Amino acid sequence: MYRTMRTIRAFEERLHAEFADGAIPGAVHLYAGQEAIAAGVCSVLGAEDYVASTHRGHGHAIAKGCDVTAMMLEIYGKAGGVCGGKGGSMHIADFGRGMLGANGVAAGGVPLSAGAALSAKVRGTDQVSVAFVGDGGANQGAFAETLVLARVWNLPVVFVVEDNGYAQATGTRFHLDSRDVAPRAEAVGIPATVVDGYDVRAVRAAAAEAVERARAGGGPSLVDCKAFRFFGHMEGWDQQGYRGAGEVEQLRATHDCLVLHRDHLLAESEATEAELTAVDTEVAALIDTAVAAAVAAPEPDLSELLTDVYAPV
Amino acid sequence: MTRVLSYLQAVGEALDQQMGLDPTVVVFGEDNIGGTGCDGTLGHAWGPTQGLHERYPDRVFDAPITEAAFVGAAVGAAATGLRPVADLLFIDFAGVAFDQILNQAAKLRYMAAGRAGAPLVLRAMWGTGMRRGAQHSQALYPLFAHIPGLKVVLPSSPADAKGLMAAAIQDPDPVVFFEHKMLYFTQGEVPEDPYVTPLGQAATVRAGRDCTVVALGRMVHVALEAAAELSAAGIECEVVDPRTISPLDTETIYASVRRTGHLVVVDEANPRCGAAADIAAQVAEHAFDALRGPVRMVTAPHTPTPFSPVLEDAYAPSAGQVVAAVRSTVPYAEQERAS
Ligand SMILES: Cc1ncc(C[n+]2csc(CCOP(=O)(O)OP(=O)(O)O)c2C)c(N)n1
Repeated sequence: MYRTMRTIRAFEERLHAEFADGAIPGAVHLYAGQEAIAAGVCSVLGAEDYVASTHRGHGHAIAKGCDVTAMMLEIYGKAGGVCGGKGGSMHIADFGRGMLGANGVAAGGVPLSAGAALSAKVRGTDQVSVAFVGDGGANQGAFAETLVLARVWNLPVVFVVEDNGYAQATGTRFHLDSRDVAPRAEAVGIPATVVDGYDVRAVRAAAAEAVERARAGGGPSLVDCKAFRFFGHMEGWDQQGYRGAGEVEQLRATHDCLVLHRDHLLAESEATEAELTAVDTEVAALIDTAVAAAVAAPEPDLSELLTDVYAPV
Repeated sequence: MTRVLSYLQAVGEALDQQMGLDPTVVVFGEDNIGGTGCDGTLGHAWGPTQGLHERYPDRVFDAPITEAAFVGAAVGAAATGLRPVADLLFIDFAGVAFDQILNQAAKLRYMAAGRAGAPLVLRAMWGTGMRRGAQHSQALYPLFAHIPGLKVVLPSSPADAKGLMAAAIQDPDPVVFFEHKMLYFTQGEVPEDPYVTPLGQAATVRAGRDCTVVALGRMVHVALEAAAELSAAGIECEVVDPRTISPLDTETIYASVRRTGHLVVVDEANPRCGAAADIAAQVAEHAFDALRGPVRMVTAPHTPTPFSPVLEDAYAPSAGQVVAAVRSTVPYAEQERAS
């Protein structure tokens, strides 16, 4: 889990810098700060399990095992990207890894996740499907309806709410009236827990219980994780004027999930400083390689414009 | 008095003035205030609603990400005495609220035999050019124009953006207002006082005798670029901007085609069952006798919008394509005559 979290963090911090340099086109929504959620949840999933993601999807993709270089090529819009450069940051998908896609529409992936769970159930596998959704996206009708459907069809799906306190510039104090999303699931008979999203072990424990329930035929669950994002809603756009003075700095100092996890591993002697630093070095090299490959990769061929609209005949 | 404003400022000025003129106008959408419920100062308000809340604190507000609910609420509020302007951000998100648009807003007047109506405006960004991928770049206006009961507005200049927004707000029916995201920072002369640009009235933005080019939204600028290039070669295009595609000012289009004998339609939307096809078909039906060459359509290909910049640039119609289309329909002899 440390390696996953470190990879997401390094990926995101590098994207932040590259975007500022003008190297990356389009809309990039960074996940940094929320790594414990993706890493904790995906640590209890197998390669065959599914995740449906949000517009803030890099962390989910990395935690689900997507190739970091192919992701980087995609974000640069290059040939060889995980979606051939046609999707970009907001649409990274890799069905071979059970990554059903980041999504440009808030809660757009939530019903898809239920569909994947239905598919697993009908095909008779023990696959589990996870839907990630933001606190803002949790206000969508598609989310509310999917809770109902998942309950009545008893689907092996886990809803993971990433409550980072904001939907764009609008705070949960307004848009959720400062409430948790968890009771909305409970209202339709779905067991739900509220979890400290800064603590990867807490997330993992809650996800493990939910995934086990789903695999055993016990139906859907919801895990409502509290976290925060380091960067603005979207790169190059958001000065975060809506946040309290010093809020980000304060949270970074006290609630950085990566630092907390590292401290824990050292305190419990589960890893040594040298081991963790070795991971950091390997990850840094991986990201360097990915960026170099993305910069060097060719643009997609113009003929690609007309392909993939329909299946080839 | 006129001064130079951006398209974005022009929309904002229209909202501000119409709110000042009519106390039933209300404005809402996600982040329309720019960060409700936060500890800090208000942050980024999307687009032209910035600053409006300070002037009309009770009539400009944020909504959670609840498009189906707030668009439906706009219909209900409109039917009971308000004039809501609801902001979908990107037109692509209309998908999650489509029942409210297609079955509620659009049908209300008809089903009530004229005894009720839904005078609301749905604002939305549209169009390619921002590298936002397939779910944030669509040109969905033909989809809305297909639905009786909706009016569809497509301003291409700051002055039109202001006048058409005023008309949309004052209109007794639901209007979907398409703001091209790549035009937001274009500048133009805009009169200061409130004014209305009537819906259903095309503008002839360039006069010419050889070929009528009907262009929609951002494509007006592409068509003007092509017209300048063709003019240097002796071919004079008349560029017509319908400004609203429902209602559509067919009279201005027919009259122009009667003068030029040729028609090219330039449209950023997908071609099948689209706006260009509709305009071409109407001219073929009602002004066929005036045509002296085939009607040409220059549109995006029938694919979703790609993310990669090189692919996206190849996706949207270009001035070069318009030039080629005009040259292919204006006969050679006529080109000779013109030069
Ligand atoms: C249906 C829909 N409405 C609006 C948007 C625009 N939008 C993109 S992200 C976002 C905020 C999402 O907030 P949240 O779900 O809390 O996720 P976070 O960005 O905090 O990760 C909004 C409003 C959208 N993508 N889809």
